[in-house]
Amino acid sequence: MTSGWIEVCPAGDIAKEDVIRFDHGQRTFAIYRTADDQYYATDGLCTHGQVHLAGGFVMDNIIECPKHNGRFDFTTGEAKGVPACVNLVIYSVKVEGGKILIHID
Amino acid sequence: MPAAIIKRDYSLTGRDAKLAEERGLASAQWYGCPIPRPRLKELMRRKDGPAIRDTLLWLALLLLAGALAYHLWGTWWALPAFALYGVLYASASDSRWHECGHRTAFKTTWMNDVVYQIASFMVLREPTSWRWSHVRHHTDTLIVGRDPGIAAPRPPDLPGIALDFFNLKNGPKEFGKILLHCFGRLTADEKVYIPETERHKVYWVSRLYALIYATVIGWSIALHSILPLLFIGLPSFYGAWLWVTFGLTQHAGLAEDVLDHRLSCRTVYLNPLFRFIYWNMNYHVEHHMFPLVPYHALPALHQEMKADTPSPCHGLWEAYREIVPALLKQVKDPSYHIRRKLPASARPAPMEMEAVMPAW
Repeated sequence: MTSGWIEVCPAGDIAKEDVIRFDHGQRTFAIYRTADDQYYATDGLCTHGQVHLAGGFVMDNIIECPKHNGRFDFTTGEAKGVPACVNLVIYSVKVEGGKILIHID
Repeated sequence: MPAAIIKRDYSLTGRDAKLAEERGLASAQWYGCPIPRPRLKELMRRKDGPAIRDTLLWLALLLLAGALAYHLWGTWWALPAFALYGVLYASASDSRWHECGHRTAFKTTWMNDVVYQIASFMVLREPTSWRWSHVRHHTDTLIVGRDPGIAAPRPPDLPGIALDFFNLKNGPKEFGKILLHCFGRLTADEKVYIPETERHKVYWVSRLYALIYATVIGWSIALHSILPLLFIGLPSFYGAWLWVTFGLTQHAGLAEDVLDHRLSCRTVYLNPLFRFIYWNMNYHVEHHMFPLVPYHALPALHQEMKADTPSPCHGLWEAYREIVPALLKQVKDPSYHIRRKLPASARPAPMEMEAVMPAW
């Protein structure tokens, strides 16, 4: 699997206040777009139940897990509501030439 | 009972817990009805308005019924007044406990948490323990050995179910657990699903509950009157019957060990009064499949899903016409369950795992 800046998708492919799943190699990520067009990325699976966060609900800067309603601040990765107790890993994101890129170590 | 069938182990630490893991039923992937993402986002959207309206109405009715019961104390008319008070205190709290536990009823988090704490007390459920128990119920719905929330394990304990219409089986158990928690201990099952970091909350809230109950009992003794207990404590028993009536419809008699909520959950159409008391929890297939959708959007979610889900029961009568015979059959044959029929328009269900259960 390559590391460094990885292209995800055109920025317009993510609706405002929404999240998509992005798989790269053996890893899975969640890519977020806020209401004011900021982009963020975290690990794709909830730290509580190993469920894809891309099926969840974005409220402001919170992602709610689709299975158990666990909450995280996707801008910091901080777990904000049980059953989520362990923080998410976050990744740097940039938009270049209309494309979203995330930085993977 | 057929010779090849032996009682299954519904504890979370026994034989069936291990078996569920071996069979890939633990924390598994579940079927989801196809709903376009933009529409699902609309349905998941949170609002404060409906829950504030419904909570104020609920509390006003509770206070009114309580005032009426107090005023009529000493007459036979106090009986129906307390019956109403008990239903509003306990049965209506069951659904408030549930929806606010998911933090979907209100948009504002603290409102969910306040109502959750109040409702937990009124349904006699220690809030942290029950929150984690319910999380597990959603992870492994009706998976034997994994789900701590199976209301009618097979073969069903019919006298126990009958007693629970007044919380007389589970209520004393909950008191026992609260006392255990007061001493900083958990049951074996609770140790499975409550993380270490959350356990201190269980102990301290249980001590608070014990203090409140001891105070009310002491108050009743001092007054030589049962009246204080009729307002705080006993309603969790005499007002439980409607929550049990509703609650049994959720899963009783349906398939265990299947990874498809359409087969293990039941949706029942109820009248507006019952849906107010139950906060639309009667749309139970919908809730389990999409737990992020708030109660006030469940009827709309039902419309999106109904072509892919079994026909709902039209009322409690129709629900119990299939539940009661199923439970009676399960007493003699625990492998029996109602096989839900999917409509022709539905996607097929995954194979029912029970069909390959080994005979013990």
